[in-house]
Amino acid sequence: MASILVFGETDDAGLTAPTLEMLGAASRLSGDLGGGVALALIGSGLADAAAVAGPAGADTVYTADADSVAAYQTDSYLPVAQGIVEQDSPAVVLMSQSSMGRDLAPRLATRLGTAAIMDSLGLEVEGDRVKATRSCYGGNARQVVTVQTDPQVVTVRPKSQDPLEADASRSADVIAVDVAEPTLRARTTGKEQAESEGIRLEDAEIVVSGGRGLGGPEAFADLESLAGVLTAAVGSSRAACDLGWYPPSQQVGLTGTVVSPTLYVAIAISGASQHMAGCGGSKNIVAINKDPDAPIFAFSRFGIVDDYKKVLPALESAFAEALD
Amino acid sequence: MDVIVCVKQIPDPETPAAAFKVDEAAMQVLPAQGISPVISPFDAQAVEAALRIKDASGDGSVNIISLGPDSARDAIKHSLAMGADEGYHLKDDAFDGGDAWTTALALSKAIQHLGVPDVLIFGRQAADWDQGTVGSIVAELLDLPSATVLRAVEMTGDSITVSRVVADGFENIELPTPCVLTISNEFGDPRYPQLRQIMQAARKQVTELTAADLGLDASEVGAAGARVQMHALFQPTSDVEVEIIEGDTPEEKAAGLVNALREAKIL
Ligand SMILES: Cc1cc2nc3c(=O)[nH]c(=O)nc-3n(C[C@H](O)[C@H](O)[C@H](O)COP(=O)(O)OP(=O)(O)OC[C@H]3O[C@@H](n4cnc5c(N)ncnc54)[C@H](O)[C@@H]3O)c2cc1C
Repeated sequence: MASILVFGETDDAGLTAPTLEMLGAASRLSGDLGGGVALALIGSGLADAAAVAGPAGADTVYTADADSVAAYQTDSYLPVAQGIVEQDSPAVVLMSQSSMGRDLAPRLATRLGTAAIMDSLGLEVEGDRVKATRSCYGGNARQVVTVQTDPQVVTVRPKSQDPLEADASRSADVIAVDVAEPTLRARTTGKEQAESEGIRLEDAEIVVSGGRGLGGPEAFADLESLAGVLTAAVGSSRAACDLGWYPPSQQVGLTGTVVSPTLYVAIAISGASQHMAGCGGSKNIVAINKDPDAPIFAFSRFGIVDDYKKVLPALESAFAEALD
Repeated sequence: MDVIVCVKQIPDPETPAAAFKVDEAAMQVLPAQGISPVISPFDAQAVEAALRIKDASGDGSVNIISLGPDSARDAIKHSLAMGADEGYHLKDDAFDGGDAWTTALALSKAIQHLGVPDVLIFGRQAADWDQGTVGSIVAELLDLPSATVLRAVEMTGDSITVSRVVADGFENIELPTPCVLTISNEFGDPRYPQLRQIMQAARKQVTELTAADLGLDASEVGAAGARVQMHALFQPTSDVEVEIIEGDTPEEKAAGLVNALREAKIL
């Protein structure tokens, strides 16, 4: 039995960054809760990912390894996840606020007779409860909440927690879990992969984002060119996505991707709370906006007040020269 | 096809940050001066999705349920003005201080009370607490298949085909009926009610239901039944001080910014 059971996710590189972050948080919190850290992996071909779980902070790894659960589907993952929680009976269940976590956490919590807190930013232990701080009201407010029933299910916002330094001397016990043939009611029949050129938004050290003030889709080509110079990813506000100027997969914000790069360059973006919910964790924000009163400046370290059309070409050459 | 949509009335999420105020002691958001509450935008899109299903199937109904204080009636009226058929207002002091769990519990009882329809639709999250769990909890309580965060919904014979927004693209999912769906903003703009429809909706009866009507004891709902407890509500503060890069030409400003970033060791 662990005090904290983390539902991890895997990608080609092994455990995803949010999984490593949750293991870091779990290691920190488990000391106060008294008990170990377990990682649950559901998927197919999990051996490599399971092998790095120990160094990343897990004491135990449950692997539910089967072709039938290769990709997330509500109906196939739910009973497997329930089985692992019942086997481990942890005090706390953590999941990422990912496409999986959003969907799985509330259903799993209900099935277990408890409740889920979604999208936490900060986690602290008080007594036997995990106090979660989370954003609400579109980023305008924060609330501190606890789940009063057990286990306490909490989803964690990517980039909000620090991973541990990998420690190769640590290893985790691996427990293989049987996967029964799932009964699928809702069935995934296909996937449209977003065409992803260049750097992934959530991994980028620098993000260049454009908003409605760009005035049209053409300007995103100029942002991409600037991003090329900076080795940056390109994001956009929801207004720009809703207008069809840039794909929804690049939307930054409350209902889009959460980014926290070293540098976030917001071009012709007003700085609405729902947008800031997705980029407010950036270490430095630079805003280019023609309106000196735009709210974005209140979150920015540096700003240029001007028409982006005039500034952008000059900025690209200045960066190119500086980085040469 | 028969559809039920669950909606919520909330403080306008487009309220400018400067007008947004919290009463920390009461752990409540204060109503912003001169800014009226609205139906949660994702819920309006959920109503739109339901109306399109009804239109495409040529018959059936779209009924609306909202749990909340008196103001919840406005979210119901808005949905009726968009074209929904009947409205049900879960209204009881016993519901006060509830959480996502108690809300979902009461909604699921109301849905059973009215008869489980072919499709149940929710917004992906209410734009006040931004939790995004009520639809999934109801699905679990009613033991129905679900698909969340959808940008498109289509009927194909007796089943429903949806497109789910995921981090790296979209998933196509096929569900039997009855099922639960939650709608995301990628779905597109909801229809805006015309004056004539608003007047018609204003005259329509909204059925009120209490906890007792739903067979729920006061101890199961509201603050008494809540599983999540709030300890604090506050506004985050930003401690950055912006430095505006001045210059006579765009070139000067651009050069100034690059210099500033270098000096701050950001580049
Ligand atoms: C429930 C909900 C969820 C939401 N989720 C998100 C989300 O995830 N992400 C998100 O981004 N938004 C989200 N929004 C929308 C958000 O409230 C704002 O409407 C949106 O972020 C505004 O986008 P924008 O800044 O591009 O556009 P606007 O607010 O229209 O701002 C455009 C800016 O461009 C400037 N500008 C115009 N022309 C120029 C020029 N030539 N040069 C320089 N500057 C110029 C203007 O001064 C202005 O500041 C959400 C809203 C709701 C209600």
